[in-house]
Amino acid sequence: MTFDPNAIALSVAAGAAAGLVGCFAVMRRMTLAADAISHIALPGIGLALLLRIHPILGGVAALLIGTLLVWGIENRTRLATETIIGVVFSTALAIGSLITSGEELIEALFGGVGHLTTVETTLALVLALGVIGFVLWQRHRLVLALVSPEIAHTSGINVQRLNLYFLLVFALTIALGLRYLGVLLVGSLVIIPAATAKRLARSLPGMLVISVAVSIASTTLGTWLSLSLHRTPGSMIVLVAAGFFLLSLLRRSCG
Amino acid sequence: MHRSGGSVEAGLPALAVRNLSVGFDQIAVIERLSFEVPRGSTLAIVGPNGAGKSVLAKTLIGALPHEGTIAWEKNTKIGYVPQKLDIERDLPITGGDFLHAKASVARASGADVANVLELVGLKSETVGKPIGALSGGQFQRLLVAAALIGYPTVLLLDEPTSGVDEPGQDTINHTLDRLRDERGLTILFISHDLSVVYHYATNVLCLSRGHACFGVPKNVLTPQLLQELYGAPVAFHVHHDLRP
Repeated sequence: MTFDPNAIALSVAAGAAAGLVGCFAVMRRMTLAADAISHIALPGIGLALLLRIHPILGGVAALLIGTLLVWGIENRTRLATETIIGVVFSTALAIGSLITSGEELIEALFGGVGHLTTVETTLALVLALGVIGFVLWQRHRLVLALVSPEIAHTSGINVQRLNLYFLLVFALTIALGLRYLGVLLVGSLVIIPAATAKRLARSLPGMLVISVAVSIASTTLGTWLSLSLHRTPGSMIVLVAAGFFLLSLLRRSCG
Repeated sequence: MHRSGGSVEAGLPALAVRNLSVGFDQIAVIERLSFEVPRGSTLAIVGPNGAGKSVLAKTLIGALPHEGTIAWEKNTKIGYVPQKLDIERDLPITGGDFLHAKASVARASGADVANVLELVGLKSETVGKPIGALSGGQFQRLLVAAALIGYPTVLLLDEPTSGVDEPGQDTINHTLDRLRDERGLTILFISHDLSVVYHYATNVLCLSRGHACFGVPKNVLTPQLLQELYGAPVAFHVHHDLRP
């Protein structure tokens, strides 16, 4: 059993980013959307494999394009975000399964182990710090827009632009966990710790702290368990997070 | 907010609306509406359900597409209280989180937050509760407090005392009245309480499908006009003085 220091650094950073973004995703009732939007990465991964470039780059590109597409359709048609994501995600899944096959598809769906290079780790850490910085910097604007878009608007916030930035940051957070957790499981890392925190916390700072703690504990403990039990990290991370959620059902009072 | 107590400066409109039309899916909600709101005055917007009062409020803040012109006075800062909000009961955002978010965006201080809480009569232990757990009246007071943060020049309030108990309504109405006089605020409020409208409004704008009227309360809130507006006889009690 060997620990990759790069993997541990990335687990902590991605966990913190997912924990923070997840809080606002859960409060904005984007739980299903979060799960669905991650599937948009699949055709990008498939295309990248065909073109023999890094699959995660393809996944990130597809996520960003998909996010812009969802935001654009939402603003032009006034359809509900969940409806549009439902259509875009099904289409993306169909295209992805057409151009990806066999083992590659399984790895794209469920994630894999693999060794991280220093460049990959550095890029992911920068991305994670960017996501963490955005949420902490914009949290007050996000709270106002969450309670009432009209109050946010009269407070000088461009709500439409803020929604776009949040969706992009959300997509980048999904991208951070894509390699380890895969397309099917990565949404869970964003949602489960935040859902756990929502049950336990009674204030915003409380929710942010609990969510980040659960998320980091899930990624590090899940990675350690995957190495010990020779299982894929994605499944172990999500199972640990689900364990925390089940525990939260037993108690509700802190924060 | 008492109509005889304000310092209305004639000829200086805080808001001028010309030929405003708003519609959804080709159904007109507001058609060619024009009115002015003098600076430091109070405009009450009344009308039956579905007349477009909340649509007008949202259009005035620039949240809805429209035809015609809406001209706010230069450097206008609007404090807005929306109509009933759909807040999840277990949302872990406290009243304090919400007010500090508003204060941070408005670049106001912690002292300003404490000040507005005192103005609307909210206790700090109430503000420490999650907003979904507040009573309807407590939540309305919180929204009014948030609207007052950052020294707005205009308050736009969509049924600000809805769900608030009688003493609470008086507190909010008197506070707004005092603030209008002290700070020269311009107030636009939507209300179904015609007694409050009669006593506090400088002018009344009444909305009804395909029909609008504008004027001082004494001329607008007549039995005949109210019957035309609501389609049924409407009576309200005229208080001689609502002040304590």
